[in-house]
Amino acid sequence: MRFSGSAAYVSTDDLTLAVNAAITLERPLLVKGEPGTGKTMLAVEVAKALGLPLLEWHIKSTTKAQQGLYEYDAVSRLRDSQLGDSRVQEIRNYIVKGMLWQAFTSETPVVLLIDEIDKADIEFPNDLLRELDRMEFFVYETRELIKATSRPIVFITSNNEKELPDAFLRRCFFHYIRFPDKETMEKIVEVHFPGLKKSLLREALEAFFEVREVPGLKKKPSTSELLDWLKLLLAEDIPPEALKSKDRKTIIPPLHGALLKNEQDVHLFERLIFMSRQSR
Amino acid sequence: MRAMLSTFFVKLKDHKIPVSIKEWLTLLEAMQKNVISPSIDEFYYLSRMTLVKDEQNFDKFDRAFGEYFKGIESIAGVELDVPLEWLLKQAELNLSPEEKAMIEALGGWDKLMETLRKRLEEQKGRHQGGNKWIGTAGTSPFGAYGYNPEGVRIGQDKSRNRSAVKVWDQREYRNLDDAVELGTRNIKVALRRLRKFAREGAPEELDLDMTIDKTARNAGWLDLHMRPERHNAVKVLMFLDIGGTMDDHIKLCEELFSAAKTEFKHLEYFYFHNCLYDYVWKDNRRRHSERTRIFDIMHKYGHDYKLVFVGDATMSPYEILQPGGSIEYSNDEAGAVWMKRMLDVYNKAVWLNPEPEEIWPYRQSIGILKEIMGGRMYPTTIVGLERAMRTLVK
Repeated sequence: MRFSGSAAYVSTDDLTLAVNAAITLERPLLVKGEPGTGKTMLAVEVAKALGLPLLEWHIKSTTKAQQGLYEYDAVSRLRDSQLGDSRVQEIRNYIVKGMLWQAFTSETPVVLLIDEIDKADIEFPNDLLRELDRMEFFVYETRELIKATSRPIVFITSNNEKELPDAFLRRCFFHYIRFPDKETMEKIVEVHFPGLKKSLLREALEAFFEVREVPGLKKKPSTSELLDWLKLLLAEDIPPEALKSKDRKTIIPPLHGALLKNEQDVHLFERLIFMSRQSR
Repeated sequence: MRAMLSTFFVKLKDHKIPVSIKEWLTLLEAMQKNVISPSIDEFYYLSRMTLVKDEQNFDKFDRAFGEYFKGIESIAGVELDVPLEWLLKQAELNLSPEEKAMIEALGGWDKLMETLRKRLEEQKGRHQGGNKWIGTAGTSPFGAYGYNPEGVRIGQDKSRNRSAVKVWDQREYRNLDDAVELGTRNIKVALRRLRKFAREGAPEELDLDMTIDKTARNAGWLDLHMRPERHNAVKVLMFLDIGGTMDDHIKLCEELFSAAKTEFKHLEYFYFHNCLYDYVWKDNRRRHSERTRIFDIMHKYGHDYKLVFVGDATMSPYEILQPGGSIEYSNDEAGAVWMKRMLDVYNKAVWLNPEPEEIWPYRQSIGILKEIMGGRMYPTTIVGLERAMRTLVK
């Protein structure tokens, strides 16, 4: 199994190498990077490219590690016992499999995405050490050991909200998705808008990278914002001339609301433009 | 190969990159399984993804990698104590026809070697006892990776990918290497002591006692009762001393602050200078324009907030005890008055002092503030933090 990018996802050399190393050595790949650089999409696209099923486990601040393994639904068992249901005899009926269990016992190897692991409690990754390392865990209720038949390809994404424990990091490969440079960005846009007019693309990218350069922005526009913006530009049929670089410093790019999502950022941006207009 | 790589490992350690044996073995395993083709570019990526788990350390890694592989470039080449004859043979073996032609253009092989011999002797003279390579990546015409177009390439692996050097030489991750490093985790664990759980929000947890009670009352028919889950409900006001004598402790304060920020739901922070007076500020660059009055703080934040002061408490005693003692401006009331006022409103408070505890008795101002705090001053060590947190939850 080798991954080499896909039609809908531009993968840089280092990322491809990281994915393939994770596949070959069967170790989880931890992916970090600015928001909107395609961390979550990576798992989706790898699954698609390799033709494997994808299991997604989205982490919230309330998620417990145990929920990824299994949950014992004692309440419904108690209810059923009052109703005299025969299912009650078998504890197995009340064990709800979590994502890791499903991934471990799947017939074919699967791609498992643990999305935004940093959202969870600070001890969350520590509770998954053995599970991710040995790919096995013990079910206390039924006293059975669940062992992975084929080790899943695990992707873990993090937005850096919390630091992850060293013991956890040691067990993963790590890749930091850098914000794409102009060249890569052109490729990415090409994937999403095939046959986009070269002139529009060039002007739009230039305007986009200039907005990113504005110092003091609370949230820099990311790839997904660029794609939304381009979609809008196309829908509104804005000519490339409207983005012309000559007077870039003095005009606000059309539909900039798609790029700047924070009203303080919009203010800051407008003020800068206003100031450079005055200094002329 | 393995021996060579372990010196690389040591090099990374030297650069204070936190690499472990386990990660090291993973890298070897990856090499064994031929994950990468034998290219230095790919080796760079592979070793980085296995050994470095934090983009803040990427820059350190780039530097270590660059340094190490400049060494490698000459390991394949020559060392000064190697006999010159062997060296010449090696050089000859590695020359391409073009290069040989170039040597001819420079006046022939003999002349070039004559210069090389001279250069070698010079080098011996200059770096006595040293184990220097010849012209490693320098501009000398001799040695591997010289930038001199007339250079002799000695013992250099031809399949080397030149562009690879660039990847780490560019050091693109420089600005990610901020001063806050590992260690905040320890602080966070210490801060967790302060967590105080309260039930709030939507009901989502089974209330067992209530359920048993209600079920019994319901003649044995199950009557479930849920209750809200417990959340960390601790509220903290943090006051950080900034500037002056605190400069030495900035790193520690940053760590402490970044750890505290993610650990508590309600954390408000303010800056002050040396001692608390009638106002504090939130943005250190705009300390003179955007101030918050202490009275406003007392009115805004309930008395269930806990106070954490961080400062070295090192100043002239006047700054605490005398009206007008502040070095910032003329204050009408002494710092001590303001401190006492705050402590009257908020009875849970600690002072964290980054100065080592042993020197406290020798600084008068530390003694005064410790007394004002009622002895609740602790050093910013893990143990000190734990003691402080224990005081806060009491």
